[in-house]
Amino acid sequence: MQKTARQPRLSASRINQGGGYWIWYVLPALIVYIMFMAYPMLDSVRLSLYDGTTGEFAGFANYVTLFTDPDTAARFWGAFGNTWVFFAYHMLVQNMLGMLFAVILTNRTMRGRGFYQTIIFIPVTIAVMVTGYLFKLLLNPSFARYALQDMGLGALARPWLGKEETALHVVSLVSVWQWVGIPTMMFVAGLQGISEDLMEAADIAGANSWQTFWYIKLPLVMPVVGMIAILTFVNNFNAFDIIYSMTGPKGQPNYSTDLIGSLFYRVGVVGDHPISNPNPGLGAAISTSVFLMLLAGVIPTLRATQSKE
Amino acid sequence: MERNQANKSRPRSMRLSNLHIPSHILMLVWMLVVLIPVYLLVANALKTKRGMYDNPFGLPNPLTFDNFQSVIQDGNFFSYFGNSLFVVGVSLFAILLLGSLAGYGLAHWRGKTSRGIYFGFVFGMMLPIKIATIRLMELMKGFGLFNNLWSLILVYIAMGLPIAVFILTEFIRGLPRDLYEAAHIDGARQHKIYGSIVLPLIKPALATVGIYNLVPIWNDLWFPLIFITQDDKKTVLLAVTRLQGQYATDWPRVFALLTLSALPVIALYLAMSKQFVTGLTAGAVKG
Repeated sequence: MQKTARQPRLSASRINQGGGYWIWYVLPALIVYIMFMAYPMLDSVRLSLYDGTTGEFAGFANYVTLFTDPDTAARFWGAFGNTWVFFAYHMLVQNMLGMLFAVILTNRTMRGRGFYQTIIFIPVTIAVMVTGYLFKLLLNPSFARYALQDMGLGALARPWLGKEETALHVVSLVSVWQWVGIPTMMFVAGLQGISEDLMEAADIAGANSWQTFWYIKLPLVMPVVGMIAILTFVNNFNAFDIIYSMTGPKGQPNYSTDLIGSLFYRVGVVGDHPISNPNPGLGAAISTSVFLMLLAGVIPTLRATQSKE
Repeated sequence: MERNQANKSRPRSMRLSNLHIPSHILMLVWMLVVLIPVYLLVANALKTKRGMYDNPFGLPNPLTFDNFQSVIQDGNFFSYFGNSLFVVGVSLFAILLLGSLAGYGLAHWRGKTSRGIYFGFVFGMMLPIKIATIRLMELMKGFGLFNNLWSLILVYIAMGLPIAVFILTEFIRGLPRDLYEAAHIDGARQHKIYGSIVLPLIKPALATVGIYNLVPIWNDLWFPLIFITQDDKKTVLLAVTRLQGQYATDWPRVFALLTLSALPVIALYLAMSKQFVTGLTAGAVKG
């Protein structure tokens, strides 16, 4: 399709050399990519069909264990449910806030935009684990119990991370605190791409700011919404550092903050109760399930939100 | 609101609605939400144990640098730092080199195979490399790379290549064709064109790719946690997990430790925030 347009301009030059030549430029990257990413990813799928201890072919036995064995399945479905809660916080709180911030930050008559933008983005550059340890201390009731009591805010000195009812929500909000800069800046980039003429036209037609947002801005940044949804989904289903640092690899208390990422770590990498050795087969079954779920979520989202090409 | 001539001729910023009071309030509130934890992190790192318990929210009084001193002295902090720098440096260099070569190749080579390879790379942008962990562990064990920084470097290069190939291929495709034509007429060799014409022109794209990868690589915990156990091979982040357990009862020291590990990236960010924002949100707008 594009060939006809480009061919004549290039035909005179050596630039037109075929794949036999250009492959040499591509090959080094391709080898590393296949060897350390593409192949191990696909081969993990194969590993999920083998017994983790004997190394023999086991069919879908790992998946049967993962989904139905009383001990394992309880952990898996628990982590699965928690991950959806974690994801919901990011979609609803983080991404909505990001959208709101972006609308404010792209208002041309608003002062101090650059400054606010810089501040909002700071947490993104901090390691998740550092954020986790920091908030673990700040949220510990003994950090500032007396100071808070003096301020009449003694009720805030609670074991936020020690109670099953609050731990997952608090961990999710800390993660939102960390990442809200990413959707904000993506929306800013998307909104800046909207032509000034269009906004003028809406202005002249007498649209209020809510109408401009709902009927013009939002539809035009739908591709960005899609990308952010995908990014959030992929990252949340792999989140690990935040759990490891805030509530430990077991997602305490009582697995109430256990996510798929931390479960994967325990089962596939270090070994989990009741078996204290890592089980690569079962671990691979977890990662393959995540893999398939990501594909099932990502591809339709791309189709729905990205215009072709 | 009615828009008559008089209203239009007035500077926009003079109108009351353009003061954006609710927007400023919201921004200021969020600013506090962001900055208070960061302030508490740094301020408490500068307090004595007693000073922190007496006054956790106030400014450090008395001010002390002992926490930083002891963190630097009794962990091998410089060695951890060196390891992190080495891993980040080599990985970024390789990502940019291999990525720009591949981008140069893919931008010029048109055909089914090249399109297939390109999409193979781009697809990897959507997939987290963590999924490959189980197989990577066996692979690294097989190569004898456990407790070797190269295990991290190889994984990070592979992880960084999809975005690098995507951004650089697109960028090189956008360069004016006349450039190459002129160089060809001068009789320049292909690899010379890459080195002396393409590389200088794609610097902004290289910066974007570099920053996009710098932060996740510096901040990665997952792979060091799995591949590295030996103390002299630890990266900063991995060392932090161990030391924070060791200091568990001495909170100002933990704060100092966390400050030390977070500050380099925050400082770099504040020094070049524009590039950071473009870098870290890259690949999103045109995915």
